[in-house]
Amino acid sequence: MVIFVAKRLALMALTMLVVSLLLFLLLELTPGSVATKVLGPYATDEQKQLWLAANGYLEPLWSRYIGWLGRFVSGDFGQSIRFKAPVADVLWPRLWNTAVLGFWTFAIMIPLSLALGVLAGMREGAGLDRVISVTSIVTTSVPEFASAVLLSAILVFWLGLLPGTSPMTSGFDWRQLVLPVLVLVLYDFGYVTRMTRASMAEVMTMPYIRTAELKGLPRRRVVVRHALRNALIAPFTVITLQINWLLSGVIVVEYFFAYKGFGALLLEASLNQDIFLIEACAMIAVFVAAATQTAADIGYTVLNPRIRFA
Amino acid sequence: MTGPSDLAPLLEIDRLSVSYSSRGGAIPAVVDLSLRIATGESVGLVGESGCGKSTVAMAILRALGRNGAIVGGSVRFRGRNLADLDGAGLRALRGGEIAMVYQEPMAALNPSLTVATQLAEVPMIHARVGKAEARRRAAAMLGQVGIGEPDRVLAAYPHQLSGGQQQRVVIAMALLGDPSLLLLDEPTTALDVTVEAGIVKLIADIGRRFGTAQLYISHNLGLILETCARVCVMYAGQIVEEGPAEALFRRPRHPYTQGLIACIPLPTNDKNARPLAPIPGQLPPPRHRPRGCVFAPRCVHARPGLCDVGPIAMERADASARQVRCVRWRDIAAADVAAEAPPARPPVPIGDEVLRVSALQKYYPIGEAGIGALISGEGIRTVKANEALEFSARHRETVAIVGESGCGKSTFAKILLGLETATGGAVYFAGDEISRIPVGSRTPAQVGALQMVFQNPDETLNPSHSIGAQIARVVRRFDKERRGFGIRGRVLELLDTVKLPREFYRRRPRQLSGGQKQRVGIARAFAGNPKMVVADEPISALDVSVAAAVTELLMDIQREHGTTLLFISHDLGVVRYLADRVVVMYLGQIMERGTTAQIFAPPYHPYTEALLAAVPMADPAVSKREIVLEGPLPSALDPPAGCPFVTRCPRKIGRICEVEPPPQRKPVRGHVIACHIPLDELAAIEPVFSAAPDAAAE
Amino acid sequence: MSRAGGTGEPAGAQPPTPGALRRALGSLTLLGESPVAMVGAGIVAFWIVIAIFAPWLAPFDPNATLQPFAKPGAAYAAGAGTFWLGTDQLGRDILSRLIWGSRTVLFYAPAATAIAYAIGIGMGLAAGYFRGWADELLSFLANVILSFPVLVLYILVITTIGASGLNIIIAITFASAPGIMRIVRGLVLDLRNREYVAAARTRGEAAWYIMLVEILPNARGPLIVDACLRLGYVVITIGVLGFLGLGLPPPDPDWGGMINEARPVALAFPHMTVFPCIAISSLILGFNLLADGLREISLRD
Repeated sequence: MVIFVAKRLALMALTMLVVSLLLFLLLELTPGSVATKVLGPYATDEQKQLWLAANGYLEPLWSRYIGWLGRFVSGDFGQSIRFKAPVADVLWPRLWNTAVLGFWTFAIMIPLSLALGVLAGMREGAGLDRVISVTSIVTTSVPEFASAVLLSAILVFWLGLLPGTSPMTSGFDWRQLVLPVLVLVLYDFGYVTRMTRASMAEVMTMPYIRTAELKGLPRRRVVVRHALRNALIAPFTVITLQINWLLSGVIVVEYFFAYKGFGALLLEASLNQDIFLIEACAMIAVFVAAATQTAADIGYTVLNPRIRFA
Repeated sequence: MTGPSDLAPLLEIDRLSVSYSSRGGAIPAVVDLSLRIATGESVGLVGESGCGKSTVAMAILRALGRNGAIVGGSVRFRGRNLADLDGAGLRALRGGEIAMVYQEPMAALNPSLTVATQLAEVPMIHARVGKAEARRRAAAMLGQVGIGEPDRVLAAYPHQLSGGQQQRVVIAMALLGDPSLLLLDEPTTALDVTVEAGIVKLIADIGRRFGTAQLYISHNLGLILETCARVCVMYAGQIVEEGPAEALFRRPRHPYTQGLIACIPLPTNDKNARPLAPIPGQLPPPRHRPRGCVFAPRCVHARPGLCDVGPIAMERADASARQVRCVRWRDIAAADVAAEAPPARPPVPIGDEVLRVSALQKYYPIGEAGIGALISGEGIRTVKANEALEFSARHRETVAIVGESGCGKSTFAKILLGLETATGGAVYFAGDEISRIPVGSRTPAQVGALQMVFQNPDETLNPSHSIGAQIARVVRRFDKERRGFGIRGRVLELLDTVKLPREFYRRRPRQLSGGQKQRVGIARAFAGNPKMVVADEPISALDVSVAAAVTELLMDIQREHGTTLLFISHDLGVVRYLADRVVVMYLGQIMERGTTAQIFAPPYHPYTEALLAAVPMADPAVSKREIVLEGPLPSALDPPAGCPFVTRCPRKIGRICEVEPPPQRKPVRGHVIACHIPLDELAAIEPVFSAAPDAAAE
Repeated sequence: MSRAGGTGEPAGAQPPTPGALRRALGSLTLLGESPVAMVGAGIVAFWIVIAIFAPWLAPFDPNATLQPFAKPGAAYAAGAGTFWLGTDQLGRDILSRLIWGSRTVLFYAPAATAIAYAIGIGMGLAAGYFRGWADELLSFLANVILSFPVLVLYILVITTIGASGLNIIIAITFASAPGIMRIVRGLVLDLRNREYVAAARTRGEAAWYIMLVEILPNARGPLIVDACLRLGYVVITIGVLGFLGLGLPPPDPDWGGMINEARPVALAFPHMTVFPCIAISSLILGFNLLADGLREISLRD
């Protein structure tokens, strides 16, 4: 088990290393274009040369990469061109805002989708199952930007219940959080529900469930003791991987509602060619995704005695 | 005289009919079935797959699922009609009065709960005892079912136990509710033969010690004869014959029972003296069963106008509680069954040596290779799949390799066919050393000369391609002369050879039954006119009557083509029937080899002896010594240092067995036994089989 | 029908229809067994018909600026016709843009999916069949790409190579092929142990023959289901890229782009964004229902 965890962590480190190399090559392969992006299109060649020399860009590629990586790991992400401030100062508050958004999304989505999934999967093909299944297919078919549009049209334009944007300029306002969270939950819960349902339905057809029933156990105990434990192993992985999806979703939602989060920052950085900010945002996004993937793998092993005691 | 069925019945099934609903309408699974089980009685329910025997068990427990329903008749238990039970009553019945043991113990146990949890909940629910008391009872019961270390097993998860231990746990779980009836649905089918023997003995003991009545459901007639006092034979949803086990086997009345018994290769018969007599035709699909006698279309005794008119009722056939569902049983009884057996065949002359295996060795490194291993730094261990294999096979000869799972027989087949390469020793096939030539590097002639018949009918054919296309591909590869229409002609010829209709050319595998698929697999193997065919358990997944037909087909084609057959099997009955010479393997090594006659008579290797004793015998005329091996098969990862069989050997003579590899003892030329026990002692061992004292049954 | 015919069927009972045609008809009747799949297929077919006949169905030129801010149902003041779904702030007819926009999405989504599949299947077959270092390398690369949140990957790729039709296809292939590879690899790891594959190997068939003829056809069931789901995702992706302003360059209609362009005025004129949303969601729903129904059918047999 210790070996397994160590192996997974090593693999994750290797992945991050390759990702950093890819990013570096993608964005900083030619120093000239870096200088153009940093100094703007109207800088003279002389200015660019001076800047390149001052920032160590005349050294060979590999030593630049190692230097960059070293600074990156120690928390020095460079200077943002657009915000005229250190990347770190821009990044951390934005990341916190996104964490708030993500937390509430998960806090609502997970209990909801697990409960619905288990209810639907307990009796496959029953009326309740049909309703839940169709609902979850329909909601996953409406992408975030579309549900944002539709919900805004209803809740903001027609009913006037909620604000249409969430910039939170005058401090935290939970009314501005409702729509972004709702949109994310609506798109994501269907997938988790369907996965839970499929897992539960499969477990309910297993011979050991029949064994439990033919032992004379009450149905409640069959479901709670014998089925749930096995049925929730698969959704666990799905839920942790959902964080990866959420990182995509927040970009759209934050952009739509003008929420000052990490996703909007990444998009803004990309559209403005703010390369050091792009690098930092992308590395953090991949780190979060890779870390949850690793956690999912380790958690799956812990949950599953068949692997734990192999 | 008081037959068991005259006692007060514990279970009384009266004219039960069960149907499953499907998209195409109702499918009758059980029709007009009546059965009584008295307190403490063991009754066998035997039949081939699809006959409805498992449905009977599920109907008793009212666990037919959402699409199954009892459409007629009643099930009474201690006089109560089970249809009247409410939820609580049903739960008290299940596990408390009637408990069940399942075919796949691994699947029947919950993978994420410990054995303790799963066992303890039975007394907690049915006897309303506390957790500690329930656990104590669970431990005691594990001891009763022959588990040596109950505490270790209690703490374990099911996947940490061997197959035999798992089934013992399932049996313990059933007994913990103190039921008066035990339903056993193929309880040993998923187990190795020597492990099966232990479970069969345990089940027989349970009946004696606990006084539990049993309904033993199986496709295996031998097992039923060994475990049950009374037998019901099912065919196509109906019981066709019922009676005391021994009498029924000695003198079957119903033509189906007679056919079934004639299909079983017994360890006391061989292919030349008494060929098997397969039942012609196929089981009719449930919705297209004939009017009148369901067996009539396949029955040689059927008379139009008599057998195909109305429903046929069970009829009392003689004094010993025998009942038969046949209108002509009196006429059939007059004719001697044995006289109808196919005539004996002359033996085939054996030719020159085709295959010689010498000191063959195959080690597998296990653990991860590549990047994973670099990171984890885990050492590499080896599995010794084959060690020092040594034997030969001749032209037209059938050599059987016998052993249980993990004995290395399939690894050996892979090396022979070039799917794996050996790590030591040599294999000479038709003069060429091929043990290290992968199939891709062999000449087309070498590849065509050595072909294989596979085990699993559902996997042997590619479901995406038609039968014709699959055989044609082989012809095209090995028969370079043929072009275009010539290939089609050859494929049709091959279909004729395996006795399949020519229109199967365009069929897809899913339209074929298991036996038909195996025939196509045989056609495919023989398409290139091979010198030698390896058949890896080709009939083990088939029903008795289908298996008999496929066995006979294989024998016929081998005879016709003069092919050498390497037959890999775990079933000594079949091996005895068709093999000329036998190789007995255990944990990758040869324990004994010799001619079939030498293997089946003393001197035996103790493992051979145990294997022989483990074969269920469907012949009451033969009596068999009981030998039950203790313990599970050791892992091939960690085999014993000396004799591989030492951990389970009932004849172990001392420390020498544990530390030193056994010497090869040669009683006569060609017969080799790897054992520390001196030859004269081995020779003095009493035979496993002997003629039974003729019971005054009828 | 042909499945029910057991072995008792007399010779020549099969109709002499050519094999491929008969199988196509057979799979259509199979579709009929699941109402869910039928509804999904119906929605997808509806949009395909719209896309094919766009020039005849659209009432106006999709790029003509006619009459800004017209409400749904308003008549064209300067000419004949009605703006059934209104116009946008530039005065272009929304219905016509929706109809023409279906062409964009129904060209790029299948094209990108098909290319991603070709590459993903190739990689998956190689990884699953050969295993060993090829598998480790391919799986690691797939892992690296899959550890990017998808949209981050799209944004990085598109902002680097620029937004154009071809680049969108490249980006989608780059992001989807690893996922497809994983699925194919899993299926191949299972199928390569089947006895018919062993049979092919024992008669000395080449690796490419075994992968393409013996293994791949038997993986088609799960792959068809996955392809339908993936088509839905790709439609979402194309929409999201358009919505974020990273999609096809204007002025040609693109559903996601329509929403993005109308966003500044969307709170006052919801019709400009709501109808494209409904269009794109319905197409995705079609693919999802089709996938769900097909999975249900495949599990039944």
